Amino acid sequence: MPALYKKPSPPSDDKRWKIVETRMRRMGDRPAALIEALHAAQEAFGYLDESALHFVGDTLGVPHSRVYGVATFYSFFTLKPQGEHTCVVCTGTACYINGAKEILAGLERELHVKPKQTTPDNKLSILTARCLGACSLAPAVIVDGEVAGKINTGELIARLEAM
Amino acid sequence: MSEQNAPARPARRRPAEETHEGPTRAHAYVCEAASCMSLQAHDITVKLGEAAAAAGQSDVIVKRVGCMGLCAAGPLVQIPETGEMFNAVSPDAVGPIVAALKKVKPGAEKLPHGPFFEHQVRVVTENFGELDPESLDDYLGRGGYEALQKVLSEMTSTEVREEITKSGLRGRGGAGYPTGLKWTTVAKAPGTQKYVICNADEGDPGAFMDRSVLESDPFRVLEGMAIAAFAVHATEGYIYCRAEYPLAVARLRSAIRQAQRAGFLGQGIADTSFTFDVQIRLGAGAFVCGEETALIASVEGKRGTPRPRPPYPAVEGLFGCPTLINNVESFANVPAILRKGSEWYSAMGVGKSKGTKVFALAGRIVNTGLVEVPMGMSLREIVYDIGGGIIDGRPFKAVQTGGPSGGCIPAQFLDMPMTYESLIEVGSFMGSGGLIVMDDTSCMVDVAKYFMDFCRDESCGKCVPCRVGTTQMWMLLDKITRGQADLIDLAQLERLAGVVQKMSLCGLGQGAPNPIFSTLRYFRDEYMAHIEERRCPAGVCEFDAVEVPA
Repeated sequence: MPALYKKPSPPSDDKRWKIVETRMRRMGDRPAALIEALHAAQEAFGYLDESALHFVGDTLGVPHSRVYGVATFYSFFTLKPQGEHTCVVCTGTACYINGAKEILAGLERELHVKPKQTTPDNKLSILTARCLGACSLAPAVIVDGEVAGKINTGELIARLEAM
Repeated sequence: MSEQNAPARPARRRPAEETHEGPTRAHAYVCEAASCMSLQAHDITVKLGEAAAAAGQSDVIVKRVGCMGLCAAGPLVQIPETGEMFNAVSPDAVGPIVAALKKVKPGAEKLPHGPFFEHQVRVVTENFGELDPESLDDYLGRGGYEALQKVLSEMTSTEVREEITKSGLRGRGGAGYPTGLKWTTVAKAPGTQKYVICNADEGDPGAFMDRSVLESDPFRVLEGMAIAAFAVHATEGYIYCRAEYPLAVARLRSAIRQAQRAGFLGQGIADTSFTFDVQIRLGAGAFVCGEETALIASVEGKRGTPRPRPPYPAVEGLFGCPTLINNVESFANVPAILRKGSEWYSAMGVGKSKGTKVFALAGRIVNTGLVEVPMGMSLREIVYDIGGGIIDGRPFKAVQTGGPSGGCIPAQFLDMPMTYESLIEVGSFMGSGGLIVMDDTSCMVDVAKYFMDFCRDESCGKCVPCRVGTTQMWMLLDKITRGQADLIDLAQLERLAGVVQKMSLCGLGQGAPNPIFSTLRYFRDEYMAHIEERRCPAGVCEFDAVEVPA
């Protein structure tokens, strides 16, 4: 029987698929590697599209339905591409009582974009995080990978508009 | 989110230490844990090394260390010989530190001054702020792996379990289950393949103890896990860590690699027949995965949904095998207990709560940061003596412990000793150790709504009471904060909270109503003000306009 099984080939000849394949192979291409494989694919491509989900599922022998189930269950995985810039607003308790709510309201009022949305011009995505662990800097946001602490709505919007 | 979330890449460049020759006169420790790292702490290490070298101070070592605890004042630099500490250092202004280093005479290390440091007792955090978290040699120099070597050469697995049982160590993840008992159950469970899992899925918002331990002293956790594996006859281990902690994951990976190379992980550890290896599994942003059965499902690559217990993971866990699951802080306590003995450990603390506890102080408090105190210290000492009191000297209102499953402790219990039992008595919960301090600018109904919003979002959806109940409770709380509720709604809320608490499958649902119960118990007047007077005493809630009857 094993002779009948053919390992699926990547959806394209993009070299980044090699990273995903290696990560899966290291864990023996077993179904238990599913989450690690999705992490690898998202790290490489920024988001998970249908071809990535199919490829990972076929390699690990996991039904597509279950791959989709796992990818949508965990909030860390995103099935849509992000905007050019990202702004992650921490909504942990310390940030919340220090004004994260006003920051989100301000972003919606001024830039017309809600959490988990991207502006129509594809410039900016707003995300929220449960807790960045930067509680000493509350309220904290991450703009394009850089933490900005003790920030107020005006400063943040000025910074985002300048990008 | 991984890219955006990375506070900074871990240090590639080795600190100045390697280039240095001859005797050392002074050290400068630069905190490179996540909070300081996000304020360019690594640039400080580099710039300070360059500045010291430029000033001709070749007998000074600039070293990267783990969290110093006082995160609010970061980035921090400390001179251990004098105990001098520099707050809010900027990479472009390291001059004063170089000047201070010039005056240092070699001598024993001193603790930094001030009540923040002097009131603490450090067990888990004993190496914090002193150890280079990416150097195994440094860890070995501070007594690292002594405990594991002692265990492997002098003790039997039964003796190790007895020692842990006698120490009175209880699970630091929050529930406080006796660790020795858990180890014994796993050791006695039938089966040849057993696993050890370290739960580093620190999901409670406002809690960052586990992250700090992994970032500041990762070898300690690996040593604790290896000892546990020896005690329960396991050969494979997993660390389930949040993907939101990129620095912690990077340091763990580095620690695992170094430990494997030095023979502290892998086959034949420390020249014995004992074999144990550790792998990292990344979480993916699901709070419920902190629950042990959901965590196991997630390690197996499935959706993180809990299942009914029994069978407990100690009997039937990962891949159906007996599995020991402990929290990061529990494992980090283990090497110290075996090195110094269970009697030393159980002498700390009060009643059934032994040892120390690491707390993360956050919210409206002056000294936001990480502290370790003996069990049984009063909340007042933690908040006022160590924490420096409330920002702007405002009145203390409550402290929230235990995250979304915990409760609020009002001012009348400030003198209560912090133990597992006393916290449950006042309707809260130890939780993983996040303490969020609130002043009079926080509305307690709004806080309850915030936690309910968290729970309804994080509910995995497997059982109905939690999936539907949390949403319904959130809607009722929302109604109250909009001034649209009446007393019937309040009665409904209380009834529903009881149902969800009793009927939910796992800790998430069972604990979800706790913030409601505890705020109702101590701050019912605030609920009444919202309902009967349409007034928010803290001025947080905005009420809908009143409809005038036609």
